[in-house]
Amino acid sequence: MAGRKLLIENVHIPGIETFDVYRKNGGYASVEKALKKMTPDEVVEEVKKSGLRGRGGAGFPTGMKWSFLAKPEGVPRYLVCNADESEPGTFKDRYLMEKIPHLLIEGMITSSYALGANVSYIYIRGEFMYILHILEKAIAEARANGMLGKNIMGSGYDLDLVVAPGGGAYICGEETALLESLEGKRGNPRMKPPFPAVKGLWGCPTVVNNVETIAAVVPIVNNGGEEYAKIGIERSTGTKLISASGNLVRPGVYEIEMGVSVEEFIYGDDYCRGIANGKRLKACIPGGSSVPILPAHLVTKTAAGENRLMTYESLADGGFASGSMLGSGGFIVFDEDQCIVRNTYTFARFYAHESCGQCSPCREGTGWMEKVLHRLENGHGTMEDITLLEEINKKIEGNTICPLGDAAAWPVAAAIRHFREEFEWHVTHPAEAQTRNYGLIQPRVEEIKAL
Amino acid sequence: MIKVTIDDIEVEVEPGTSILNAARQIGGEVVPPAMCYYSKLPGTGGKCRTCLVEVAAGSTADPRPMPKLMASCSTAVMDGMIVKNKTSQRVHDNRGGVVEFLLINHPLDCPICDQAGECHLQDLGYEHGSAKTRYREERRTFDPIDIGNKIKLHMNRCILCYRCVHVANQLTDKRVHGVMHRGEHAEISTYIENAVDNDFSGNMIDVCPVGALTDKTFRFKSRVWFLKPMEAECACTKCSGKAVVWMFGNEIYRVTARKDKYGEVENIEDKTAWICNDCRFEKKDPSAWNITGPRKIDRHSVISQGKYATKIDKGLNKIG
Repeated sequence: MAGRKLLIENVHIPGIETFDVYRKNGGYASVEKALKKMTPDEVVEEVKKSGLRGRGGAGFPTGMKWSFLAKPEGVPRYLVCNADESEPGTFKDRYLMEKIPHLLIEGMITSSYALGANVSYIYIRGEFMYILHILEKAIAEARANGMLGKNIMGSGYDLDLVVAPGGGAYICGEETALLESLEGKRGNPRMKPPFPAVKGLWGCPTVVNNVETIAAVVPIVNNGGEEYAKIGIERSTGTKLISASGNLVRPGVYEIEMGVSVEEFIYGDDYCRGIANGKRLKACIPGGSSVPILPAHLVTKTAAGENRLMTYESLADGGFASGSMLGSGGFIVFDEDQCIVRNTYTFARFYAHESCGQCSPCREGTGWMEKVLHRLENGHGTMEDITLLEEINKKIEGNTICPLGDAAAWPVAAAIRHFREEFEWHVTHPAEAQTRNYGLIQPRVEEIKAL
Repeated sequence: MIKVTIDDIEVEVEPGTSILNAARQIGGEVVPPAMCYYSKLPGTGGKCRTCLVEVAAGSTADPRPMPKLMASCSTAVMDGMIVKNKTSQRVHDNRGGVVEFLLINHPLDCPICDQAGECHLQDLGYEHGSAKTRYREERRTFDPIDIGNKIKLHMNRCILCYRCVHVANQLTDKRVHGVMHRGEHAEISTYIENAVDNDFSGNMIDVCPVGALTDKTFRFKSRVWFLKPMEAECACTKCSGKAVVWMFGNEIYRVTARKDKYGEVENIEDKTAWICNDCRFEKKDPSAWNITGPRKIDRHSVISQGKYATKIDKGLNKIG
């Protein structure tokens, strides 16, 4: 297999979900190392050195986020793990928690120690109820073996770990909405500032990290931050879990070293092995439903003609005009038979359903976009509708409290930007649009010029 | 004190003041409209997005412009900050967008709505709305319901500003209503048809920027511009007893709290003069009140005399 694996290397060992097997295979070494040999600040320092960036989508440097945590006297601090993975196309955290739950528990203990938290939470989405049971069993085992509770491994450090289920709202994956929900309130995102690092859970300083980010702390502490930073390219270090789905020969969760080329990832034997049924690639969404879609000619090559790599920078190359984002790593591939309008409508419907309804542009705008796209998809649209969609997009983007508004606007804007002909074809050929597909698009003249 | 420039006007304000409140210290045209922010209710604001402004320079220490438009009600000013409200085309466009969003599901029932004449959305639509709608679908509709025995809720008109939720949280001892559901389907409601029954629940009507919450003792009795507002006092054990009675001849048609030009209940002796339900709903007999004199109402509303004419004279007629 190509590339090193740091997170899911041991996933195939039978019984790895139990404490004993996990411990025998080198588990909880990071807890031992951190608690016995390192100070909390040294752990933070290692994470900073590793260059680890948040795996939930935004890609904010984790070490920096940790160092922003306010540390006033006599106020508890909290670490909250965001396991509310609900982005369409992203299913890496579910895999990780289901197959190797102790990795997350271990990461939580080490990270909580680094941040000085004595109670930490795993906020898990309601639909993952069966994983909640897996995690609770793992926590009980860890507690029975002295990894949780009072005076862990004789170091004098106490930690309690609580798994809290949500009601299954996508918005609760936004960190401040998550905190509201964890406090037992309606999951409405909070106004920022203050940021959670200053005023988070119950008004106390809080760090919210994605499951994969916390799991990545384990290899960083074990091998050292510098060793971790050697993997990858420039500011995209380490390994990343990619949830590959769509028309691929072999979809699934892959752990890749940052910097693998997109071409290698789609067509390589170690990865997805190409497009299923001998079809051709039409489009790809590289980072979960919230990021802009890319047409085939911009998937493997950037607009400047360079190879596109699986890194934060390379996927964003060209900005939104010809690039996208790595996001949460939900890699969705479309073959020539797929309809972009239908797909865009599906996403718009999702965001309209999941908008919390707190601020007006998102509440009204997402619903409006859904209705306009529904019209277009079902052959009742007009050319003005396409312009209207673009205008609604502009009015939502950047004007909302939380990033959900942007996440709803970007995919629609990108779909129109790259696949305008297909939208227009839905207007001019309403009957055909219902029965057959537009097929592959030709790159537009100006895009060819750009190449 | 720190200095901030809003639309080329410099003002000195206390540290921690929001941009909106700094603009209110200047007053006049530079004040951004606010549908959800209510200075007397801590925690409100940030939701309606009509008060978005452009921050052209963050502060003297960091003069970079802020990339996004900021909600002026919840962004604190910094020393040397430069804010553009009326002078920014971007603000104007986006505010127009927000108004369009607020109006797509809002019924055009102003002719029968009790709020007409003192409705913030009406003003906003007049300032920033367009004459035609681009929304072709059916509007979302709800049936009007009684929310408590003296308050009617027209959910169709609600813009989900959350002000009434904050009133219930901050003025009454137990909140029984709130926002249910999500997104477009979000609605103000009580849980299982519970009745809002509290001495101060009537203030929800006063804070409502639109006609979603109306006074059942006043509904359909008269248009507000036919009534004569008078300042009045009464001896009340529950509240300050200082209110405005709206009279027609010698009859009191309705009672409200005393509101300032931003539609917010005034402070009297450093305390926000909320009024209790007894004063609001029960005391309709002029002998119960000591009427002290006429109340000056700041006629910013679209129905104020001559407003249409002057706007049209200025060439701001956008109909078409």
